Amino acid sequence: MNDEIIDEITASEYKYGFTTEIESETVPPGLNEDVIRLISSKKNEPKWMLEWRLDAFQTWLKMVEPNWPNVNYQKPDFQTISYYSAPKQKKALDSLDEVDPELLKTFEKLGISLDEQKRLSGVAMDVVVDSVSVATTFKETLAEKGIIFCSMSEAIQEHPELVRKHLGTVVPKRDNFYAALNSAVFTDGSFCYIPKGVHCPMELSTYFRINEAGTGQFERTLLVADEGSYVSYLEGCTAPSRDENQLHAAVVELVAMEKAEIKYSTVQNWFPGDAEGKGGVFNFVTKRGICERNSKISWTQVETGSAVTWKYPSCILKGDNSVGEFYSVAVTNNFQQADTGTKMIHLGKNTKSTIISKGISAGRSQNSYRGLVRVGARAENARNFSQCDSLLMGDKCGAHTFPYIEAQHPSAQIEHEATTSKIGEDQIFYCNQRGIGTEEAIALIVNGYCKEVLNQLPMEFAVEAQKLLEVSLEGSVG
Amino acid sequence: MIKIKNLKARVEEKEILCGINLEINPGEVHAIMGPNGSGKSTLSSIIAGREDYDISGGSIDFEGENLLSLSPEERAHKGIFLSFQYPVEIPGVTVSNFIKTAINESRKSRGEEPMEARKMLAMMREKTVLLEMDKSYLSRSLNEGFSGGEKKRNEIFQMAMLQPKLAILDETDSGLDIDALRIVANGVNKLRSKKNAVMIITHYQRLLNYVEPDFVHVLYNGKIVKSGDKNLALELEAKGYDWIKAENT
Ligand SMILES: Nc1ncnc2c1ncn2[C@@H]1O[C@H](COP(=O)(O)OP(=O)(O)OP(=O)(O)O)[C@@H](O)[C@H]1O
Ligand SMILES: [Mg+2]
Repeated sequence: MNDEIIDEITASEYKYGFTTEIESETVPPGLNEDVIRLISSKKNEPKWMLEWRLDAFQTWLKMVEPNWPNVNYQKPDFQTISYYSAPKQKKALDSLDEVDPELLKTFEKLGISLDEQKRLSGVAMDVVVDSVSVATTFKETLAEKGIIFCSMSEAIQEHPELVRKHLGTVVPKRDNFYAALNSAVFTDGSFCYIPKGVHCPMELSTYFRINEAGTGQFERTLLVADEGSYVSYLEGCTAPSRDENQLHAAVVELVAMEKAEIKYSTVQNWFPGDAEGKGGVFNFVTKRGICERNSKISWTQVETGSAVTWKYPSCILKGDNSVGEFYSVAVTNNFQQADTGTKMIHLGKNTKSTIISKGISAGRSQNSYRGLVRVGARAENARNFSQCDSLLMGDKCGAHTFPYIEAQHPSAQIEHEATTSKIGEDQIFYCNQRGIGTEEAIALIVNGYCKEVLNQLPMEFAVEAQKLLEVSLEGSVG
Repeated sequence: MIKIKNLKARVEEKEILCGINLEINPGEVHAIMGPNGSGKSTLSSIIAGREDYDISGGSIDFEGENLLSLSPEERAHKGIFLSFQYPVEIPGVTVSNFIKTAINESRKSRGEEPMEARKMLAMMREKTVLLEMDKSYLSRSLNEGFSGGEKKRNEIFQMAMLQPKLAILDETDSGLDIDALRIVANGVNKLRSKKNAVMIITHYQRLLNYVEPDFVHVLYNGKIVKSGDKNLALELEAKGYDWIKAENT
């Protein structure tokens, strides 16, 4: 059933600008079946997993890299990527003195504690009693409720039936070029299962995930909320993440069964490249959730990092009365490029979706919102409200909006509002006159502008995200 | 407190202020009147540090310091406050968050810790009561959807919170209803002390009935063409500006 639905969606939506004509192109070498067999055997995976990967690989071979996003970048050379390197343990540094001073400055501005700074930059640490005990209590509390929260590798070993049942049901192997690649070669990621009727008592954060072993560039996340359960999941980190891997192509799948609710929050701060636009991570992510009857999925994201971002967390509102939400702040500065948005696919009756997207462009960056709202032929009484705002800082950046709307049912109510504004000199002078300097004034105005989205984040995360916005926009108005 | 000497300012070759001389001492209230377009808002913007103007001559000294060399926020930290003729809206930023940030930035400039949250809250309550504002204003977005009169009252609320040394009120009385005028005037009078000074820009006598000025100046074509005591304002109210214009052509 889900398969058909996904098929239907993926087959038709690409008409709407999410892909271009397929041209034939020979796939560069560097990745072959032997490599995939090797990955699978290193991870001691069951046969079905290997076959699944090989099938994905065959699919990928027939696909080409998409050209439709409004971004420019040097296409990665898949030949030069080492897919089977065991989860990288970053070389431990002996002290913070060995860490890039730029990075340390940013840590300081974000108010990250010394221990945390060490952890994030890979400095060898003595056991921090606090965090160990927190992690242990955390694990115990979850186990009591029957919640599974572990790495994907562990899940494949320990809970193969759950993984096998759900993996690839929301983002199929053939979904898109990078999803196919991810399916073939993913090395790790997170797995989470909330049993029927369980309200997960705490925010699940990748930060606390046990057995974390460097997730690598092809991360795979699967989150299943069984009937009537609730979970809030936090992904990412406000600290700048540097990585020698330029390409990151993650896949996140969410399954919300009847009456379940999933809140998925992301703060993404990959290295965006330097002020001249050199270096920086390419972040090509496929995130999608499927909603059964009376369930709800809510995506909240604050994106400030990456040189190139390409990402559309989506909801398939399959069940009647299901609800999808997307709250996003995407900041681009310097030479960053982001093409991000969402897809809300209304299939069930009385389904509702809300899209609040706040783009902020500064420097010479390009920031695009791309959103699809589709109301299927059976989706009686579907409602959508979209609001896409762009804020421009300076006159060398760009903001673009590509809304795609398709309604196949006459009862559909779709509202779209869009605004573009600039931070006015008048606003800044007003703040200045009250004693608030220009940098702080911009932070204040930007935080006000993003408020609806920041309000969706769990409290502590929201505070961090606010600081992150400040740091990302520093020096953006001269 | 503030000494303005022969201040000249222009925008794109157009001379707007043509040699202003004005001295305001602690404890004094000065009213500035004058026809539309005579340069009153320009003068207040320049004191506050707006950069749109070319200062082509003269000086402003504030408590012995060259004011023109300071940034707008530094001037605010020194105790200069401008109640804007047209207050701007900042969506998503609540009145309370805005004023809290303003107060704490000023404290930071003096090397002080941020004000304790409880104290801040108590002070906000006190000032909303003083200005007979509903508490709900505090959690509304700054000036967004405020009526004209509410915006003006909110300016005076901020003034009451920041307790400036020199408050410049640019047509704060415009758009206020009769009760609001009295309430705002009361707020201004509460600030008056031997140490503070107020500069009131207005077109009408009515605010001056409540806040009695020590001096009244008439600004015309970028110059102060007449100064006097509170009776000058009454005279203007009765006779209009024609006689002043006639004297200065
Ligand atoms: N930024 C600017 N660019 C061009 N002209 C300006 C600028 N600012 C002020 N002016 C001009 O300078 C003159 C004085 O303006 P100002 O706003 O100071 O007058 P005012 O005395 O406050 O008038 P009102 O009583 O109507 O408020 C006007 O002719 C105005 O058009
Ligand atoms: Mg004026």
